Amino acid sequence: MSSEGPKGTLPALGPAKAGGGAADFLVTRLEEMVSWARKNSLWPFPFATACCGIEFMSVASAHYDISRFGSEVMRFSPRQADLLIVAGTVTDKMAPVLRKIYDQMPEPKWVISMGVCASSGGFYRAYHVTQGIDEIVPVDVYVPGCPPTPEELIYAIMQLQKKIQSGEKSRDQRSAKLAAERIS
Amino acid sequence: MTIATEPALSASAERLRGRLAGSPLAARCEVTDRDLPTIEVAPDAWPALARFLRDDPECRYDLFIDLFGVDNLRRAGQKTRFETIVHLHSLPRNEHVRVKIPLTDEKKPALPTASDVYPAANWFEREAFDLYGFDFTGHPDLRRILCHDAFVGHALRKDYAPGQRWFFAEEDMVAPEWATQTDERAGHFETQTISIGPSHPATHGIIHLIARLEGEKIIRAETNIGYLHRCFEKMSETHQWNQIIPYCDRLNYVSAMINGVGFVRTAEKMLGVEVPDRGVLVRTILSEFSRVMDHCVCIGANLVDIGALSNFIYLYQNRENIYDLIEACCGARLTVSYVRVGGLAIDVPDDFVPRCRSLLESIPLFLADVEKLVNNNRIVRQRLQGTGVVTREQAIAWGLTGPMLRASGVPYDVRREKPYDFYDRFDWDVPISNDGDNFARYLVRLEEIRQSLKIIRQALDILPANGPVSSDDWRVVLPPKDAVYHDMESLIYHFKLVMEGIRVPPGERYEWIEGGNGELGFHAISDGRGGPYRLRVRPPCFANMQAFQKMVIGGTVSDAVATLGTLNVIAGELDR
Repeated sequence: MSSEGPKGTLPALGPAKAGGGAADFLVTRLEEMVSWARKNSLWPFPFATACCGIEFMSVASAHYDISRFGSEVMRFSPRQADLLIVAGTVTDKMAPVLRKIYDQMPEPKWVISMGVCASSGGFYRAYHVTQGIDEIVPVDVYVPGCPPTPEELIYAIMQLQKKIQSGEKSRDQRSAKLAAERIS
Repeated sequence: MTIATEPALSASAERLRGRLAGSPLAARCEVTDRDLPTIEVAPDAWPALARFLRDDPECRYDLFIDLFGVDNLRRAGQKTRFETIVHLHSLPRNEHVRVKIPLTDEKKPALPTASDVYPAANWFEREAFDLYGFDFTGHPDLRRILCHDAFVGHALRKDYAPGQRWFFAEEDMVAPEWATQTDERAGHFETQTISIGPSHPATHGIIHLIARLEGEKIIRAETNIGYLHRCFEKMSETHQWNQIIPYCDRLNYVSAMINGVGFVRTAEKMLGVEVPDRGVLVRTILSEFSRVMDHCVCIGANLVDIGALSNFIYLYQNRENIYDLIEACCGARLTVSYVRVGGLAIDVPDDFVPRCRSLLESIPLFLADVEKLVNNNRIVRQRLQGTGVVTREQAIAWGLTGPMLRASGVPYDVRREKPYDFYDRFDWDVPISNDGDNFARYLVRLEEIRQSLKIIRQALDILPANGPVSSDDWRVVLPPKDAVYHDMESLIYHFKLVMEGIRVPPGERYEWIEGGNGELGFHAISDGRGGPYRLRVRPPCFANMQAFQKMVIGGTVSDAVATLGTLNVIAGELDR
């Protein structure tokens, strides 16, 4: 911009022109701007399979009100969602469905594993229960608890917002690749 | 210690023996009297006996309750390795009966199906096939129901390792044959087959409905379940009695307290332990609050499905308020783990009664809001009235219980028909409707909330102000912590209970209570170890869900969504 026009005749920018000292622009990096917008408008896909789904309903209801964090727009189509909240036990019978839903979500996408069942199988060390959804999809935030309290899920969303703002990539790219290979 | 048998039951066993003596079946069966009148029958005579029990004017066991298998591999003193146990209920006589069918062939356990006598047996038989490998000859559709299609072996057999999993991929899913064929008939709309679920906003949990449509109308449907099969029964065989309580909470997680109460009542009856009145009444109060929560979520979610969102917010607020009470009692909101065999984990807080009373004030206000918005709402009426109709005869044939059965005109409520705890002391009504449609089920549930509040009010009136909430039988209940630290004997009891679990005397028992969705029964078999040898839960949702695929035929897809909402299927209990 500075190469344009003769030296010394650049138009004054910002506060000086606007007068009164008020700023009418701000300087930032595009990525940060985008991240800021993304983190405050997460559209969750509630993959509510079990008990945690009921607590998830609590988070979405009036008392805890997830919309204070910009993520109240539940999308039941994975193609419109960018946050997959796996709330509840995932069984081996359900596992391919979970993977398919994850694959159908457009990038960028994030996954919250809500509750110990989704995170590790919980106390169901059993013949039909997937021992943690990270066998199938990469996970960004794990929420402990059986089921986690609504505060814990809200905290998880805040942690995810931090992660999105920092521009950090999902650390499980490798396991995602492995899982995809295993599925195919 | 012996298992108490109630004297009233002997009379019904006598009558059964007398009726059977006059029939050609007499040589094939043997009537004994345990906790229930029990008929032992050879496999090949079972369908004839089923027909006799259903049709004989002195028996009339018309309501099918449960069918499950038992593997006696590690249980001494049994005639055969495998046996099938069936529970039936007679609505006119108001009594249960148990039928035991020992399966002689250990390699290929087989018995004839009874699904032509009791249509409700269909899914129960499929489950016994899936988990035990019993071959029900003549069954119309004997496939796996809970485990996935790539599963190998039969998980509840004693020689199956609890943690043995089998990999399952998308290609392994088997669609029913009719769904893969095209069916285009001349002069009709193009027919198409759609799949609703397993992840679908209207399925509340994970249920898979495959439906063939003709235009908007469903002409054929099939439900797939098992997407939340968490192996409850296998887990309970590998844990101690008290360790099973958290698993019970996660059966019907919408009304967790009721499951725990149902389970520990079975163990307490086997042990002969008496719970102090205060403990029983706290259980009753919290169970009824759980029922309120259950019905609130059911009604709220159902109304969301048909487009009325604000009711959900109102009804859910009730739930949040009740959560506060439960959290004050035991520290958890949803999955309470509050009961113990012999009483409760800890006493209720000091302000328990005022908290309950303030809830009794606030809940009706929210209900009034909902009623005002919904009851005469034209859209709601058009969506719910006349859809999902179940007649009285169908309801009984399909083995429905709970609000589903009562909305079809059968006043069967376990709290009234076999009053347990203090239910015979309370003054309350069993709401029924004769319409059998979705709107009737909505109204019945709404009224049941009011009746539950009425029960709670009376229970609070007779609740002793203080006193123990647990039995003082230290072979069953942990001694107070203070005594454990200072008293050798208590320390030993504590150690034995924690390390070995409760020693329930060998035997078996079926106890049933009214769950959120109907008759919730626990059949426990003990071999004297610290945990049950076999624990069977009779899930009310299972029978209710079985009816769904027949209820939706002839309706539209949107009717199916409304119907599924009023069934109140909780996947944790459906798939266990």
